[in-house]
Amino acid sequence: MKLTNEELEILAILEENHRQSVKSIAMQVQLSEDKVAELIKKLEDENIIVSYPALIDWSKVDGKENVVAMIDVKVTPKRGVGFDEVAEKIYRFPEVTSLYLMSGAYDLSVTVEGKTMKEIAMFVSDKLSTVENVISTTTHFMLKKYKHDGVIIEGKEDQDRRMVVAP
Amino acid sequence: MIDYNQFLATQAVELKPSGIRRFFDVASKMENVISLGVGEPDFVTPWAIRDMAIASIEDGFTSYTANPGLLELREEIANYMERSYHLSYQPENQIIVTIGASQALDTAFRALLNPGEEVLIIEPAFVSYAALVTMAGGKPIPVSTWAENGFKVTAEQIEKAITPRTKAILLCSPNNPTGAFLNKHDLSAIAEVVKKHNLIVVSDEIYAELTYDEEYYSIATLPGMYERTIVINGFSKAFAMTGWRLGYVCAPQPIIEVMLKIHQYTTMCAPHMLQHGAIEALRNGADQVEEMRKSYRRRRNYIVEALNQIGLNCHLPGGAFYVFPSIQNTGLTSEQFAEQLLMKERVAVVPGNAFGESGEGYIRCSYATSLQQLQEAIRRIEKFLQSLGANPKVCEHQASL
Ligand SMILES: Cc1ncc(COP(=O)(O)O)c(C=O)c1O
Repeated sequence: MKLTNEELEILAILEENHRQSVKSIAMQVQLSEDKVAELIKKLEDENIIVSYPALIDWSKVDGKENVVAMIDVKVTPKRGVGFDEVAEKIYRFPEVTSLYLMSGAYDLSVTVEGKTMKEIAMFVSDKLSTVENVISTTTHFMLKKYKHDGVIIEGKEDQDRRMVVAP
Repeated sequence: MIDYNQFLATQAVELKPSGIRRFFDVASKMENVISLGVGEPDFVTPWAIRDMAIASIEDGFTSYTANPGLLELREEIANYMERSYHLSYQPENQIIVTIGASQALDTAFRALLNPGEEVLIIEPAFVSYAALVTMAGGKPIPVSTWAENGFKVTAEQIEKAITPRTKAILLCSPNNPTGAFLNKHDLSAIAEVVKKHNLIVVSDEIYAELTYDEEYYSIATLPGMYERTIVINGFSKAFAMTGWRLGYVCAPQPIIEVMLKIHQYTTMCAPHMLQHGAIEALRNGADQVEEMRKSYRRRRNYIVEALNQIGLNCHLPGGAFYVFPSIQNTGLTSEQFAEQLLMKERVAVVPGNAFGESGEGYIRCSYATSLQQLQEAIRRIEKFLQSLGANPKVCEHQASL
């Protein structure tokens, strides 16, 4: 779908921070609030804006620390539906937070979140590897998140090092 | 006690201290200040550029370079000038890499001016200009511009200020502090006057990449102007590299030849390892420059609209990252306004008169700060304006400055 410059601007603004008023966005793109609201609605209806999640660092919250694993999955594609049917079976599990079809040594990249390593190990052995047409799985536990979806979790550069007043 | 003035050069002693400096001293000691007073990008230099400079230190590029800078960098500058502004310069003898645009300006005036020769400076202007001309033995002649015309200078205003001693005109578009942008049409009219009176233009194009509505146009591209224009640019603003202190100057070969002598005696060369970062900036930095430009543009739109809404009249500037709203309806002078705003609401702005007399009645706000900060600053300024509503001329904190 071809978008106008204004629509692209609105997407860039929302991608950086969606927690701002329509008014604030309207001021940045030199359009009326009504027009901006209409464009955002359109982008939502087209599923170009899919959702507005917040990036939360759960590791900072007591009792909410969780374990994340990225699992490489090899599957036998099924005639007629390719990988889609297997993918669908996998992404329905609520433990699965993302799922991508990949080129290269394996087929599906599955991200799974759980409370403990044991919980994830159970998920892999009981649920994932028993899905029809799954040939093998390789599980990598994530040790630390440095950057997620373009956002540096704890950057050294967040601090403003400039002088207060400069020419 | 020794009277040190007996040792110091009268001209240097008599230089006017920068109006910004004084403000800095006060604001930097306060807490919880939102600063709209910063004349530099809020981005950190893109990582690839920093990485290249780090690698060049690791690889031992710690020697001097050729006086005008690494040939490889001058070649990239030549490519960039051609690609972005349709200007051809020979890397071998028409380009010098300098310590910021600042040194390029200084060297240009020293190369151009005989004692007493005049340079027209379009005000409000960057704080260094007049001092640089004075230190080079010249005489700065202010040409005031006004909000009614979007702070653009006209050919007529320039022509009126020309005397037999006028040597050069210093142009800066987009402008610091007003953000005023001169388009091709504006520049063409000025170019005619320049040619008619046989003058030289020093064109400070440091904000050229930060142009938001119209295509950037260098006055050097106009017919007959290449021969009489010294183009000055740098990495500070476009690539968020202010602390690197790297700039450059491009000009006709006979001018560069003389400038190079001065440059060679005063600085030898720009720092070697940092020049490698600059090469990376010009080769691969364009996308990031574009991202930053878009980000500034959004913030410009926001702050202009917001200032007008809360009652400070403000034109939409065509470039740079400054807005220059009028504060005349408050009844305060620029300095009173800036001082009271800082004391009461902890927002730092720069009084317009720091940039020349015609800046009186205005303040400079830099929008090179996050949107959240801008929104908070607007909230505080609005509160400040409301507090003035009752008794705008009271200036209770003035004594403390
Ligand atoms: C108009 C103008 N020219 C030149 C400079 C100096 O730039 P540099 O960092 O390249 O010395 C500045 C910096 O604020 C400026 O605003």
